[in-house]
Amino acid sequence: MFAYLVRRLLYAIPILIGVNLITFALFFIVNTPDDMARMQLGVKRVTAEAIEKWKAERGYDKPLFVNAQASGVGVVTETIFFTKSARLFVGDFGRAEDGRDIAREIRTRMGPSLAIALPTFVLGLFVTVCLALMLAFFRATPLDFWGVVLCVAMMSISGLFYIIGGQYLISKLWRLVPISGFSAGLDAWKFLILPVLIGVVSGIGSSTRWYRTIFLEEIGKDYVRTARAKGLSELAVLFRHVLRNALIPILTGVVVVIPLLFMGSLLTESFFGIPGLGSYTIDAIQAQDFAVVRAMVFIGSVLYIVGLILTDLSYSWVDPRIRFES
Amino acid sequence: MSIQPVLLWSDALIWLLVLGVVAFGWASSRTPPLRAAWRRVGRNRPGMAAATVLLVFVLIGLLDSLHYRPPLANRTPDQPAAYSIEVLSALDALAAPLRTRMEKTYSAPLATRAYAKESIEVRDAGGAVHAVRDFPRLAFGGAHLGEDEAQRDADVLGRVLAAEVVALALILVVSGVGAVLLARRQAIPWPQAVRRLWRGDTDIAWNAVLFSLGALALTAAPLLALCVDYHVFGTDKVGQDVFYQVLKSVRTALVIGLVTTLVTLPIAVALGILAGYWRGWVDDLIQYLYTTLSSIPGVLLIAAAVLMMQVVIDTHPQWFATAAERADLRLLALCLILGMTSWTGLCRLLRGETLKLRELEYIQAAQAFGVADLRILARHILPNLMHLVIIALVMDFSGLVLSEAVLSYVGIGVDPTTISFGTMINNARMELAREPMVWWSLAAAFSFMFALVLAANVLADAVRDAFDPRAAVA
Repeated sequence: MFAYLVRRLLYAIPILIGVNLITFALFFIVNTPDDMARMQLGVKRVTAEAIEKWKAERGYDKPLFVNAQASGVGVVTETIFFTKSARLFVGDFGRAEDGRDIAREIRTRMGPSLAIALPTFVLGLFVTVCLALMLAFFRATPLDFWGVVLCVAMMSISGLFYIIGGQYLISKLWRLVPISGFSAGLDAWKFLILPVLIGVVSGIGSSTRWYRTIFLEEIGKDYVRTARAKGLSELAVLFRHVLRNALIPILTGVVVVIPLLFMGSLLTESFFGIPGLGSYTIDAIQAQDFAVVRAMVFIGSVLYIVGLILTDLSYSWVDPRIRFES
Repeated sequence: MSIQPVLLWSDALIWLLVLGVVAFGWASSRTPPLRAAWRRVGRNRPGMAAATVLLVFVLIGLLDSLHYRPPLANRTPDQPAAYSIEVLSALDALAAPLRTRMEKTYSAPLATRAYAKESIEVRDAGGAVHAVRDFPRLAFGGAHLGEDEAQRDADVLGRVLAAEVVALALILVVSGVGAVLLARRQAIPWPQAVRRLWRGDTDIAWNAVLFSLGALALTAAPLLALCVDYHVFGTDKVGQDVFYQVLKSVRTALVIGLVTTLVTLPIAVALGILAGYWRGWVDDLIQYLYTTLSSIPGVLLIAAAVLMMQVVIDTHPQWFATAAERADLRLLALCLILGMTSWTGLCRLLRGETLKLRELEYIQAAQAFGVADLRILARHILPNLMHLVIIALVMDFSGLVLSEAVLSYVGIGVDPTTISFGTMINNARMELAREPMVWWSLAAAFSFMFALVLAANVLADAVRDAFDPRAAVA
């Protein structure tokens, strides 16, 4: 087990290097720092000095890979690749356009993001699994049929509609909770309840249908027939046997997103004015703040790889048949 | 009056796609398993109803993909022909009244007066002019009514009823012609043909097709009857008709949904098959490639790539002759970028399936006979993967259409000058806080998008059920 974990962690290193190279290529080779400077300063009437100054302020005035003018290790370290890309590995993300330290910003914004994403995830999983179990219990009845129809209809509605409609109905028309905003203390719940609710509702359609398919596939297997033949009630079969065995395919899709919860949701956070990482990313995209986008891409892929490893570990937890040989 | 045809890149790809579909249809009519699978789709009633709706959307999109530049009007005959820098499409020409009748700003659906009050100069009985704050009369909305605005409700009702009657007559005629054709083909008396048609007792679920055609006619007829003299869905901030915008959005959605998968399909298929068939270091390399790409969260990779593409486009204005060409290239670039993030799933699936296939006896027999690897791939492996490719193509469509709206909202979607569901929603979002609310743009965009995505989802289910061998056994 331990050896397997070590091997997986080692395997993550070349992938992260690959991600790093892709982002480097996107941000510095497809577009030279000169292009970025012109973009930020405005394309027209920009002097060469202004571009040089912009680059020098951000440390973009170095050569890409090899600095022939420097001496010793400086040949490698005094380059854009080393200062901007390789430094990401040690958690040094540099500064945003407004001069703030990105790493600090990320640490403070992680809390609000999690406050939204974690309840949405847990509640959403619970609700959809329950609904899917219900549809599987009433399979081949009108309830099941219309449930699936409703699911297909719900998954055809744009996520933007859920947010805009929910805000209009609950906050503007019924005035139950504030439209948007956030507060750090205990009274944050009234800001959180609407985004969490909308997040759960918008996910119902596709997840319920997906889990229902998994449950139905499991119900058709031989051990279920055996369990019924023993005289177990249908509910006992569903909860004690089908649910536990269906956990394996469900986990594949679910565990991998758990680390990504830290990143928050772009849409929800920007509509509800939550000062989390999602709205941070959106603001950076709209302000064309390349340093922040680069940092978020890197963190995102680290978290995704962590999620993949967690998925593998969770397999052996839910299914004792799976063992990792080293 | 001659026109200058313009072939935008996305037009070329769309027509290429049409050609591809025709060729594929011809090929599948000659391949028994594919023919059987399409028959299963044809018997699926929800699937056929959805296909009919989608076909109408596709026709709108195709009309919108025939572009040209109109000649400039005021020139003397001896001058060489000069063309407007505005690029129009066949749909624009058909919907010219919708496109050209611009109001000043917002107006509600079917309104005769504007949404906000303005100072209007009124001449009273004595001839003196004084300013009154009132809702100004629209330039085009209900203009045929003249001063008689109270007549509007009666006029609208009359038009809707007349349109519904026409639609109903039309659908009855179409059904009747269908029944007569069926009667002649199966050599049965026509009442029996009508009964068979009604029950869906035919090779293809014609009753579902006729039903959804009827539903479409009943919704489209009043819209068409009203859009001539009113703004059916109101107007937006710059006074443009929302109905026209919705029609234009269809093409953008189709391009995003279809071209995206199409441009990356060759990569996914080629790499997936190579990795699964040759294994070894080829497999390792390809697996590394797609694991790396898929480990970057999709939105962030798209954001990074789109930001970079914007810089490239903004720093090279000399590449584009017209604004339409620039917007079009941006749309295509977005398709490519979206495709880059979505091909990895299909590639992984195809690799796994190829790994399974290459161990089967008939492949091993082919290898033992000394058939070349490339020939085995083309003759034996690729045809057995086609069902996965088709399923992926239709399943991805709805997700891509939905993601376009989200990306345009975030600011990394299509060019702001391109009319799409995303840009419509994004522009309308600013007005939600106004009192009374400007809801019509949002409602129109969301309901058309819902219809398109729902139809695509239902058709995707039908296709998956028909092509997935596992589902066929069950």
